[in-house]
Amino acid sequence: MTSQPFFRQQSELLPERAPPAATIGVVGWLRANLFSGWLSTVLTLAGLYVLWLIIPNLLDWAFFDADFTGDDRFACTSSGACWAWFDQRIDQFLYGFYPSEQTWRVNIALLLLIPALAPVLFDKMPGAKRLRWFSLAYPFVATFLLIGGFGLEEVPTNKFGGFMLNVTVGLAGIVLSLPIGIVLALGRRSRMPIVRALSVAFIEVFRGVPLITLLFVAAILLPIFLPPSFSLDLVIRVIVVVTAFASAYMAEVIRGGLQAVPRGQYEAAAALGLGYWKMMGLVVLPQALKISIPGIVNTFIGLFKDTTLVIVIGLFDVLNIGRTMVSNPDWLGLAVETQVFISIFFFVVCFSMSRYSVHLEQRLDTTKR
Amino acid sequence: MAVAGAPAGFELRRIWSDERARSALFQILVVLGLALLVAFFVANTIANLQARGLDPGFGFFSDQAFFDINQKLIDYSSQSTFGRALVVGLLNTLLVSALGIIAATVIGFVAGILRLSNNWLIGRLIGVYVEFTRNVPVLLQIIFWWSILTGLPKVADSLSIGSALFLNNRGVRMPAPILENGFGWVAIFFVLGIVAALIVGRWAHRRHMATGQPFPMLWVGLGLVIVPTLIVYFALGQPLDWDVPERTRFNFRGGFNVTPELVALWWALATYTGAFISEIVRAGILSVSKGQSEAAHALGLRPGLTMRKIIIPQALRVIIPPLTSQYLNLTKNSSLAIAIGYQDFVSIGNTVLNQSGQAIEVVAIWMVVYLSLSLGTSAFMNWYNSHIALVER
Amino acid sequence: MSTEQDQVAADAKPMIDIVGLNKWFGPFHVLRDINLSVAPQERIVICGPSGSGKSTLIRCINRLEEHQEGSIVVDGTELTHDLKNIDAIRREVGMVFQQFNLFPHLTVLENCTLGPIWVRKTPKNEAEKIAMELLERVKIPEQADKYPGQLSGGQQQRVAIARSLCMKPNIMLFDEPTSALDPEMIKEVLDVMVDLAQTGMTMLVVTHEMGFASQVADRVIFMDAGQIVEQNTPDEFFNNPQSDRTKLFLSQILSH
Repeated sequence: MTSQPFFRQQSELLPERAPPAATIGVVGWLRANLFSGWLSTVLTLAGLYVLWLIIPNLLDWAFFDADFTGDDRFACTSSGACWAWFDQRIDQFLYGFYPSEQTWRVNIALLLLIPALAPVLFDKMPGAKRLRWFSLAYPFVATFLLIGGFGLEEVPTNKFGGFMLNVTVGLAGIVLSLPIGIVLALGRRSRMPIVRALSVAFIEVFRGVPLITLLFVAAILLPIFLPPSFSLDLVIRVIVVVTAFASAYMAEVIRGGLQAVPRGQYEAAAALGLGYWKMMGLVVLPQALKISIPGIVNTFIGLFKDTTLVIVIGLFDVLNIGRTMVSNPDWLGLAVETQVFISIFFFVVCFSMSRYSVHLEQRLDTTKR
Repeated sequence: MAVAGAPAGFELRRIWSDERARSALFQILVVLGLALLVAFFVANTIANLQARGLDPGFGFFSDQAFFDINQKLIDYSSQSTFGRALVVGLLNTLLVSALGIIAATVIGFVAGILRLSNNWLIGRLIGVYVEFTRNVPVLLQIIFWWSILTGLPKVADSLSIGSALFLNNRGVRMPAPILENGFGWVAIFFVLGIVAALIVGRWAHRRHMATGQPFPMLWVGLGLVIVPTLIVYFALGQPLDWDVPERTRFNFRGGFNVTPELVALWWALATYTGAFISEIVRAGILSVSKGQSEAAHALGLRPGLTMRKIIIPQALRVIIPPLTSQYLNLTKNSSLAIAIGYQDFVSIGNTVLNQSGQAIEVVAIWMVVYLSLSLGTSAFMNWYNSHIALVER
Repeated sequence: MSTEQDQVAADAKPMIDIVGLNKWFGPFHVLRDINLSVAPQERIVICGPSGSGKSTLIRCINRLEEHQEGSIVVDGTELTHDLKNIDAIRREVGMVFQQFNLFPHLTVLENCTLGPIWVRKTPKNEAEKIAMELLERVKIPEQADKYPGQLSGGQQQRVAIARSLCMKPNIMLFDEPTSALDPEMIKEVLDVMVDLAQTGMTMLVVTHEMGFASQVADRVIFMDAGQIVEQNTPDEFFNNPQSDRTKLFLSQILSH
């Protein structure tokens, strides 16, 4: 019967049916995803138990039992967290010791970052080409806004602090490391032995040592290496070593991008008669940089997190502001609250950036296919 | 007919357009420029050092240190030399790095494999752990755990786990093993057990290949290691005692103390690096295409065997290079110990630097040590990659 | 065929007996009420448009896919959740994949001996002997010590066939074995499959190669929308299709 000649007409085709009840809907999903075997069931129960232990206590501590107003820690009488310092101190966390009547300059510099970055990250947007000139000018604009001179009141860099300091050092490091990283990446692929050796040496040295040692170089050694009469701001020196550090990582990211550009591109450019620099500038680098953007964003995320290390050489980034605040008798013992706040800030910023870079990577992958 | 052309001699223009000459010229210029820069820095340095009255050189290593170190693996006192202090610091760095690497690997592999299970809840929970730990600066995490550990009750009010483990704001107090007479034999039999297990393992494999009969090597191996060791242990009257910490009025007597700095640094590094490792493990296992396990199942291989012979060998090729990078990152991140007072290589170096004023030498030593670790790891990775690469045409 | 032979054929126990098979992927009803009986040594070609469920059907037979309703009985063993049954069935059923799925970190010889050594408990040198015999049969014995990455697509697929045959299966399933091959390599693989058919192996082949079907198949099955729409001998199927769906499909694929 089931092996004899057989046929069905179009009109006799069987209709679709719903799946058996136990395999679909909520029940089906639960069975497949939470209780699919004895091990899975045990894990689910253990997970639920852990959640039950943590979440209510966490919510109580952070919100329901917490104090939100007050002038010092003695005003926080409940058993939960003490957020009373937030009102008073939030400016310090954000701007450090920047004069409060001038903080509008920092805000504007941050806002201008959006039109400066957008044409680089979203190259299909309207007006991107023209905005890119602004992107090039932005570093100078931002420096002018932050430091002052030419009509704006001068603010010395030792007043930089808080998140503003982290963002400034991080952004400056990444932006400045881009051209240097490109040069190093090209140098590493060069056929000239000395150039290649120097590039490899630079990259390996700056990738091989902890950032902390480089910060010590900035704080203690650079003044020794520079002429006795010439003194540089500590923040500037930190930016210099952070840039060198970032350049090494950037060079590796761009090297990956250069390798991802198909060999045919190099060959076609050479066949057209383009010399080395024209080939790189007009054909290869634009493609390589576009491919490298996710890696560049990842490098920036890492660098941004690493900017907290400046606490070790006495700069007042956001972590240090928190630390000094809780050694003040007014706010003694509130270390956990400040750490939670700072964690959340970093988490939000870094997580969004990493989501963006994952999204970019997926987009780049599909366009290649 | 001979052509009377330009003499094939030395022309300045040819240097400019000959690509070999041009590249040679360029490199000479680069070297000269670099030399000038270095000379500039050296001149400044000499001038500055003279102004401060400092002697360059590593002679200060034999000067007395005059400071104490509370966490040390070898003998050291304030009468020891700077050189010895730096060695203590280096050992501390290696200690926390080794412990951190072991813990991070365990956490990372467990988390990575669990996240691959089809349990939605566990996958999400581990995802939260990974994303949170990866996006918060590691320094913040180190300080956080240290705040928690130093916020524990005072010694007099220590928390206790069981009756032998005590947690307080000075660290973790745990029983110290006392090796009595005869423990040496227990250790010997343990080692012999391992050797025996290895030998039996090889024999069993050869037998399997020869006759096709599999051998329950896992159980036999465990038995060979554990059973003789236990027998000797009990036969010799249990030659292992524990120096259990006892409370005195203000402190503890006995046992040994692990400082909160070490515990906090170790735990923070382990959880931070573990998050990255879990993603590496997950990506590695996912990189093996589904068809591989389907083909293995179609041949009749059970899941355990498929994992062992097909999935894991291919996944490890993808996992090991980034894994060694993470190990190196952990070692470099251990230098953040200075922020919480764990006396690692950088922290002690900083003290030496402050006391002796020989900043250049100390920083140079730092660089050399960490660079050696980095380059050693890169060399290993290159060797591993070339050794294990899949053969293709 | 006389009715007596029909009767004998009908009485012979089927190698594969599928009754009332239904499968869903989530809410999608991908296999609808499949009834199929495969006699020993029968060669069946399954064709149909993409998405018709033909691959899913044969993957259900060796439990690479799980069915929700109906029964599958392979050589007397029913396919249930019981791992012992699944293992027994997988030992008797060989599968060749569209993407070959050779193990890239093992040599060709090791690919072929893996199953016999670890599943059938065959001693190593006996397994290697069997493997070399089968590699000879698929005409690439000289590649035994090479790695899959060093072979062409056609060679890899022939190794895949040898690997499955090393387990001495009673049934061979082929899931579009030539679809991932460059045109000039399709013939070498089809030749091996024709050779295999002539030794009396029970085969279920999902393929678009209609020439192969006419040459070798005892029965051609056309599937669409998750169900068997028509089945007949190749002669009748190609020259005298009964269902309008079949006619439409044949017109689309046989036009060039």
